[in-house]
Amino acid sequence: MTTPITNRNENVKKVLLLGSGALKIGEAGEFDYSGSQALKAMKEEGITTVLINPNIATVQTSDGFADKIYFLPVTPYFVEKVIQKEQPDGILLAFGGQTALNCGVELYRHGILSKYNVEVLGTPVQAIMDTEDRELFVKKLDEIDVKTIKSEAVNSVDDALIAASKLGYPVIVRAAYALGGLGSGFCDNEQELVTLVEKALSFSPQVLVEKSLKGWKEVEYEVVRDRFDNCITVCNMENFDPLGIHTGESIVVAPSQTLSNEDYHYLRKLAIKIIRHVGIVGECNVQYAFDPQSMDYRVIEVNARLSRSSALASKATGYPLAFVAAKLGLGYGLFDLKNSVTKETSAFFEPALDYIVCKIPRWDLGKFHGVRREIGSSMKSVGEVMAIGRTFEEVIQKGLRMIGQGMHGFVGNKELHVADIDHALKDPTDKRIFVISQAMQAGYSVDRIHDLTKIDKWFLHRLHNIIATRDELSTYNNIDEIDTELLRLAKQQGFSDFQIARAVLKDDMDNAEACNLKVRDRRKSLGIVPVVKQIDTLAAEYPAMTNYLYLTYNGTTNDVTYLHDHRSIVVLGSGAYRIGSSVEFDWCSVNALMTVKKEGWRSVMINYNPETVSTDYDMCDRLYFDELTFERVMDILDLEQPHGTILSVGGQIPNNLATRLDEQHINILGTQAKWIDNAEDRHKFSAMLDNLGIDQPRWRELTDMADIYRFIDEVGFPVLVRPSYVLSGAAMNVCSNTEELERFLKLAANVSKKHPVVVSEFIQFAKEIEMDAVAQNGEIKAYAISEHIEFAGVHSGDATIQFPPQKLYVETMRRIKKVSSQIAAALHISGPFNIQFLAKDNDIKVIECNLRASRSFPFVSKVLKINFIDLATRIMLGIPVERPAKSAFDLDYVGIKASQFSFSRLQGADPVLGVDMSSTGEVGCIGDDTSEAILKAMLSVGYQIPKRSVLLSTGSAKQKADMLDAAHRLHNNGFTIYATGGTHQFLSDNGIPSIQVYWPSQPDRHPQAIDMLHDHMIDLVVNIPKNLTSTELSNGYKIRRAAIDLNVPLITNARLASAFIRAFTTLSLDDIEIKSWDEY
Amino acid sequence: MLQARKATLILEDGTRFEGLSFGYEASTAGEVVFNTAMTGYPESLTDPSYEGQILVTTYPILGNYGVPPRREKDDVSEFYESDHIHARAIVAQDYSWEHSHWQADRSLSQWLTEEKIPGIYNIDTRALTKHLREKGSMLGKIVIEGTDDVDFYNPNLENLVAKTSCKDVEIHGDGDKTVVLVDCGTKHNIIRCLTRRGVKVVRVPWDYDFMTIPYDGLFISNGPGNPDMAQATIANIRRAIELGKPICGICMGNQLLSLAAGAKTYKLKYGHRSHNQPVRRVGSNVCYVTSQNHGYAVDQTTLPADWEPLFINMNDGTNEGIRHKTKPFFSAQFHPEASSGPKDTEFIFDEFIALL
Repeated sequence: MTTPITNRNENVKKVLLLGSGALKIGEAGEFDYSGSQALKAMKEEGITTVLINPNIATVQTSDGFADKIYFLPVTPYFVEKVIQKEQPDGILLAFGGQTALNCGVELYRHGILSKYNVEVLGTPVQAIMDTEDRELFVKKLDEIDVKTIKSEAVNSVDDALIAASKLGYPVIVRAAYALGGLGSGFCDNEQELVTLVEKALSFSPQVLVEKSLKGWKEVEYEVVRDRFDNCITVCNMENFDPLGIHTGESIVVAPSQTLSNEDYHYLRKLAIKIIRHVGIVGECNVQYAFDPQSMDYRVIEVNARLSRSSALASKATGYPLAFVAAKLGLGYGLFDLKNSVTKETSAFFEPALDYIVCKIPRWDLGKFHGVRREIGSSMKSVGEVMAIGRTFEEVIQKGLRMIGQGMHGFVGNKELHVADIDHALKDPTDKRIFVISQAMQAGYSVDRIHDLTKIDKWFLHRLHNIIATRDELSTYNNIDEIDTELLRLAKQQGFSDFQIARAVLKDDMDNAEACNLKVRDRRKSLGIVPVVKQIDTLAAEYPAMTNYLYLTYNGTTNDVTYLHDHRSIVVLGSGAYRIGSSVEFDWCSVNALMTVKKEGWRSVMINYNPETVSTDYDMCDRLYFDELTFERVMDILDLEQPHGTILSVGGQIPNNLATRLDEQHINILGTQAKWIDNAEDRHKFSAMLDNLGIDQPRWRELTDMADIYRFIDEVGFPVLVRPSYVLSGAAMNVCSNTEELERFLKLAANVSKKHPVVVSEFIQFAKEIEMDAVAQNGEIKAYAISEHIEFAGVHSGDATIQFPPQKLYVETMRRIKKVSSQIAAALHISGPFNIQFLAKDNDIKVIECNLRASRSFPFVSKVLKINFIDLATRIMLGIPVERPAKSAFDLDYVGIKASQFSFSRLQGADPVLGVDMSSTGEVGCIGDDTSEAILKAMLSVGYQIPKRSVLLSTGSAKQKADMLDAAHRLHNNGFTIYATGGTHQFLSDNGIPSIQVYWPSQPDRHPQAIDMLHDHMIDLVVNIPKNLTSTELSNGYKIRRAAIDLNVPLITNARLASAFIRAFTTLSLDDIEIKSWDEY
Repeated sequence: MLQARKATLILEDGTRFEGLSFGYEASTAGEVVFNTAMTGYPESLTDPSYEGQILVTTYPILGNYGVPPRREKDDVSEFYESDHIHARAIVAQDYSWEHSHWQADRSLSQWLTEEKIPGIYNIDTRALTKHLREKGSMLGKIVIEGTDDVDFYNPNLENLVAKTSCKDVEIHGDGDKTVVLVDCGTKHNIIRCLTRRGVKVVRVPWDYDFMTIPYDGLFISNGPGNPDMAQATIANIRRAIELGKPICGICMGNQLLSLAAGAKTYKLKYGHRSHNQPVRRVGSNVCYVTSQNHGYAVDQTTLPADWEPLFINMNDGTNEGIRHKTKPFFSAQFHPEASSGPKDTEFIFDEFIALL
């Protein structure tokens, strides 16, 4: 046996790791997980680590993960600066998604890595380029006779047309060097091709036109290779949705279900052949199209880096791909490493699963105006869930509940309104799985659904089993009469208690919770309870002390022996990433776990999001990778019998369980359920504020239009309108006039006693302020007040936030503190909370209060360098805490949190910001002043400093005036200003020269704004809608959308635009200091 | 709800697992073993090495892709590893009543019924596997409701090699070189792997005196049960060793070659049956993922001085192959012919052919 030490590259003492920046569609939390694992691997080797990642909400940018953290953009410019300063020996490019990979390739091409003697660890850059450049890739695989999809690389629309006519329609278009299929799509004809290619060319110099293989199976293998040429495939996965739907948009199962042994190993062998030929050292994935009628295949692509799929595969198998890949990058062989689950057997092996997992994407398309609901070759989903079980029925039903959009599983849901089932099956949208349910209930056969969807019949038969069981349950009318074996079967097929109750009681479900409990009691009395199983990578072949668990009804014995020592603290995680809840709550959850453990308790996590660090079984003493429904949480609490349960660090999902868990006498740690309810219930909260004499915007819950008008007469337009039930589109809206109000309410739902509408006065030009704090027994122990750059009206999750505040009156701050203390005392808060305020002049009004950690907790914790979650967790554990000595007034630097939008992925969506959140991620950067911090932050979310020209179209008179200073600055700094009519006039009146451009609605006037965007003559677009009326929105829509589609930076808010312009006209790139977190 | 008949798996220590029947409805008995492979039930069921055993699949869902047709190609089965099912029964958590695959011509249930083999599902196979892992492989029986009970049956007391071996000499393929394949219960893919390489294969019964055949190389197949039962084969191999022509063995072949060389074998607690066994070539950094199916192993400390271990299991350190230090004799405990399982070690056949 060789000794491990000799294989390690001993020259590497300091390593730079590139992160992936803000979460965006196609690049989300999975890279926090892979980066964290890589850092852990380096740490274990005693290697110093330097991390560049502006995503301040991540776990990897926390204390204890990297030695040095730079909250800077992951771009060649900044990375070079950091390399210059830190002089690392090696660089890791594979752990930060496409962002890190692209940046690494650039650094390599420009000779920067060789200039500073930085060794690329793991897969060589040449191999990366061979897989990223389509033409090189095809050539490379041709060398070993591996079939790829016939495609032609083109650089122009004309060439694309020629290529497509040669291949024959339908064709698929892909942009090279783009993440998650950006700019990709299917084209059935020339017209569609021209539109798509033009757009794709704006992202990428090269576009690929390929023959479409719609309807083939899509299968993926995760492959690992060490430098000794030893290879393993850790996992294979099969898409439920056949080719044509991006793998990130597909329901995916692991392992494959419809491949025979011959199929499986044929593709496995090819994957190994490919990885060897390409020369990967570490991990890559190989995606195949596989003919359902023969063994014909095509390689779709190879990702020479950790990916969303590899994160999923790690969670699906328990094999830590990123950790192992990082070690292989240091020179180790797979044979040197141990299986991290068994700790005894070798890491050179292929996991054997004795369960099935199912990944389901989470879309939030309802949040966007104008977006197309069809799913296809480009990714639109914002998150995903993974369900684990022992039958397909069980995992699909679990998964459909986990995505958290009010669905109860495959059946038992509110009926979907599908106009044309055939069409909805054939042209899939985010709702297709529910359309299949509807079709089956309408009597469609498996064959017919297969013909329309090309989904393998195996999956469809399995889904049909669920329908059959539902039908059989429906023959009963009383929960006590359900046949025992049928009840057991339903649970084995993943039915929730609610689904069973609904199938039996039909419309007789006035008190759903009571009905659920009735089912629960009945089945518990019959001994029908789930069992806990371990994920051990070897299907129980070897003993494993694994803490990675799931629950299933397909089994009779628990793998875990419970001590019932009441030493467990259960922390409920945050579920699927979605707009409004993502990595920030993972950070909170992980930090709570760490504190729980540090304080000597058994840390227990429940969560089901494969993209997270909290679902890394290394992070806690016990991980239940399972649902966060009341039913499942109760199942786990029944088994675990913990000392207490923490609901306040995982966002809204756990928070919503408070009352029901309390009714079951669960010990909720921290603020008690009654007080949570007092904050959540609008009426109770409002009454409390009135009692305390705290001001709030006037609001009313109303049930008919006459009352709504009467209320508006009182408060005046604009108003904020929140219907309680929404059919489609945004959940709330600002209405400026009668026409808008009626249109919105008609679109949303009818107003009725059953569906009241909440109407609030909307205060314009008010500042929005956040109070993030931690209290103990109603007394605030730590707090952070931060201000929004934008005026109120932009959702707090989309706003640019500044901490500590730079422009608040001391008086305002004092009032906020006072009001917060009153609320904390009144609600007996023990733990984290957040209050949002409006401030105008010195008046403050409370908009909202959440008795849980908020989105900005990691940001303020890291800027202030006081870990609010650690503090809150200690409080929840009942440990006396000291008030931290430091306050925000002591900081001589500024933090800016900026939002990342993914509009480029959401075809058709209007990229305008409003009261509903639309950002998918965020960054947080620190600077010596606002301008420096804002410049870093804006560059981090993809803005560029304009070189020559800016297009201004600045909305109402007030907004135009607000932007006058910025316009002056642009002019004085030599920028060419293009402006639309009104703005042009306003600028002339104020002595600022500009060139007038015309709206699309004035087609015979020139120059046209959109033409100029197409011709890349504009470097930045500032387009501010006057108000939110439909005419105004549609007028600017085309320009905004064109900016997004042509990859030109766009700002739609006057105050943010001013701040950004001020920043880049006072500072240049060179002025930005390269300082790590600890240097502030 | 589907009305399947109740079936109970009873282990010799009295442990019971209640499930449902999806195969042939008659009770049966055998040695209960588990396999952690996630695919390959048609191959496994027809693998003669499972003779007398009740096969538990740890992968919970069984039967998804049905069963390929019973067809012959070049005098061997095209899709199976022998001409009939050797396992006594198959046990899973969940069964796919509806299958889907372009090659399938019937369901697993139909096939089992045709071959009179019981299959049961709705069994906590993970609990069962852990039980077998802790207590070791043990005897068991499946009693199907409404059918007659049976006695426990221990296949290891029988000469299973004799039972599964061919009865007459057969010729497969054609070529300049002749390989004698001693059929101890050979999988058809061993024959396919040899003939594909352009040699003439003379397949002989386990106790056949192959020294009477002029051969260029000797190949000893896999097979079921206790290698000590195949004394006749061991005696013949000893003579072949003296002759000195190339010898290769797989699985049972590895054990028989070791016994012939003078080493000893022993029964593993619960054997290796999976597609993911890591094996390292001794003295190198070269590792392979292998397919395995064996209950006995070679005690490599008992190898004579002129022999050495060729491969080692990276998980438990057991022997995975031996070779003679100077002469062209080597063998593998794993299955280079795969089927089912990974095909990473097929080079064993190339190495053997190169010696001829």
